[in-house]
Amino acid sequence: MDPKKLTHLRELESESIYIIREVAAQFERPALLFSGGKDSIVMAHLAYKAFYPVAIPFPFVHIDTGHNFEETLTYRDELINRIGATLIVGSVEESIRQGRAFEEKGYSASRNKLQTVTLLDTLEEYQFDAALGGARRDEEKARAKERFFSHRDEFGQWDPKNQRPELWNIFNGKKKEGEHFRIFPISNWTEMDVWQYILQENIVLPSLYYTHEREVFERDGSIYAALPAIARKPTEQVELKKVRCRTIGDITCTGLTLSTANTLEEIISEIAGSRVTERGGRTDDKRSEAAMEDRKKAGYF
Amino acid sequence: MLQQLDTTSIKNSIKSTEQEARGFLDMELLRFSTAGSVDDGKSTLIGRLLYDSKSIFEDQLRAVQEASDRLGNEEINLALLTDGLRAEREQGITIDVAYRYFATPKRKFIIADTPGHIEYTRNMVTGASTADVAIILIDARNGIVEQTKRHSYIASLLQIPNVILAVNKMDLVDFSEEVYTRIQNEFETIAVLLNFRDIHFIPISAKNGDNVVDASVNTPWYKGDTLLHLLENIPVHNSDNELPPRFPIQYVIESPEAGFAEYKGFAGRISGGVFNVGDNILALPSNRVSVIKAIDQGTDTLSTAITTQSVTIRLESNLNLKRGDMLVRINRNYPKYSSKITLNVCWLNAKPLAVGDKYIIQHTTDETEAVVTGIRYKVNINTLENITDVSSVLMNDIAHITIKTSKPLKYDDYRENRITGSLILIDKNTFETVGAGMIITDEDIYSFNI
Repeated sequence: MDPKKLTHLRELESESIYIIREVAAQFERPALLFSGGKDSIVMAHLAYKAFYPVAIPFPFVHIDTGHNFEETLTYRDELINRIGATLIVGSVEESIRQGRAFEEKGYSASRNKLQTVTLLDTLEEYQFDAALGGARRDEEKARAKERFFSHRDEFGQWDPKNQRPELWNIFNGKKKEGEHFRIFPISNWTEMDVWQYILQENIVLPSLYYTHEREVFERDGSIYAALPAIARKPTEQVELKKVRCRTIGDITCTGLTLSTANTLEEIISEIAGSRVTERGGRTDDKRSEAAMEDRKKAGYF
Repeated sequence: MLQQLDTTSIKNSIKSTEQEARGFLDMELLRFSTAGSVDDGKSTLIGRLLYDSKSIFEDQLRAVQEASDRLGNEEINLALLTDGLRAEREQGITIDVAYRYFATPKRKFIIADTPGHIEYTRNMVTGASTADVAIILIDARNGIVEQTKRHSYIASLLQIPNVILAVNKMDLVDFSEEVYTRIQNEFETIAVLLNFRDIHFIPISAKNGDNVVDASVNTPWYKGDTLLHLLENIPVHNSDNELPPRFPIQYVIESPEAGFAEYKGFAGRISGGVFNVGDNILALPSNRVSVIKAIDQGTDTLSTAITTQSVTIRLESNLNLKRGDMLVRINRNYPKYSSKITLNVCWLNAKPLAVGDKYIIQHTTDETEAVVTGIRYKVNINTLENITDVSSVLMNDIAHITIKTSKPLKYDDYRENRITGSLILIDKNTFETVGAGMIITDEDIYSFNI
């Protein structure tokens, strides 16, 4: 490669770091939403690089559904420790106890949607005016039109028809009292870019992303972890299989992939040949065609 | 469309070696915009590029198939793949810029997909603002129409370095060389008026795939590139590093207290040219000089930083600089420094602009206020004629205006530098982004009088 040119990964990295620094410069109380998934791990890595050698000038916020894989929490605590960030945990369990959110019933019950309540409460409690997230435009149709700086009204809601035009690399973060912004620095990255970047930067990931043997069961063509958080129908048989996570969210909506990929190179090859998008295994998106659009309007990530 | 979607080609393309995984690390990034209405076959073209580059997945295709069935479409409607919001699907229109992604082993592509109707000029401008290449679609049956002129004008206004004229629906004119040549000749006259540097013409059929990815047997008279081959090879960013060096300071990274781990660096993105360790620099507007001691990029240190890189620059002397200041190299072309600025503005808001109105200005990392001091003319972008004697600028208008800022800006002509030559206007009450401005420093060259 010509030394006077940047590779696509370096160009994407520069764009994302520019946006993260813009947030630090334009907002008084930003926070980084950290889920423990690969996208938020990349976000943490970019934030670390953006301010190195000084500490990241904003805290990490984890919205904990109480239905996490144990590995996610261990990894989260190690990472926070290593980069010297501060962590704030918003608990969905706590929101349910306080009667702010209501547990869904039935076999497909998930706390994924409930996160919105806890998220908005946490943003309000700490008076955050900007929340950085690792969402990407290639993930889902409603996200394809999302801005880098996404304006939310005082109720945390997204109005797709009233988004500010975003030109060149000038970002308008001006807001009125009570309003806030969601910021998506890796908007232009695809799933493949994220994996290639993880490979290039040698980023350590939770072991869940690599092949491991696990007790699983099948439902509607997807594979789920056989853990107490998901109620199984009597007909759903538990089997031991070699699987890995392609995305990590709440246990109840994270589909697993049958895989023997043990290295980043193998994962990249697997994705290059994949015929289903990573959100293909996410039950939360399948609920209706506009499921993501509706959740975003209500203030979801 | 569905019958043409051959899934075996996907199966055969599965990549399996580690070398290939590593090989992808060497790709370049290319951003392009497409403008046009559904009738031009724009959605079909994007669908074709995504599909032929294997960027459409089974679950996406299935979702589009189900939606097509529900809407009673007999064939799979690839427009549904690109029209994202429910409001748009219900009305069958695209209301905003949508971003699409695909990659080949050579390049990663970002498509800014914009609707083409006149009321969406603001979206076209938004989508084109970061594009390296603009694809303008022409329906071979209709030739050059008003919309073609409008798209071409915007591509020229936004200074998109490369323009591709895709003459689509060649299958419907029997792949006639004569029709194609006539359109090509007609466009050349517009191209001269608009000062295009580089135009490429391609006869295609997005529906059947002719000259999109593979060369067509139906156009033996056409010896040029296919669309994808051109997108993969068109040179981009070649001259960025030759530009006068510009480094707008974005953020000051400073250790909390002096002592053992003392650190002070100026973070930002190189917005033109290159900077090297050891370069003599001038800080604007304070006019202080210093020497670059180090260039940091995360945990790495660099000897040279090139355009678009986000870096942190440390200086030999302890200058008290802040966000909005700019570092430039000594004895190179300096930016203009003035509070009286002439610009072309594309108006983005329903509330019009008038002389005497005040706005907040964001320019690079700098911010100030400005008052509109004059409106010289508006451009009729369908005929490319200038309209003088104008009192206000309405949404989707493009106008030539003058402003006075409350403090001087450090800027270049937009035609020289799209970063230091652009600014946005923000409403002081609603804080909405209401105008996109492209600064002009030499007015004689920039005139569309026909």
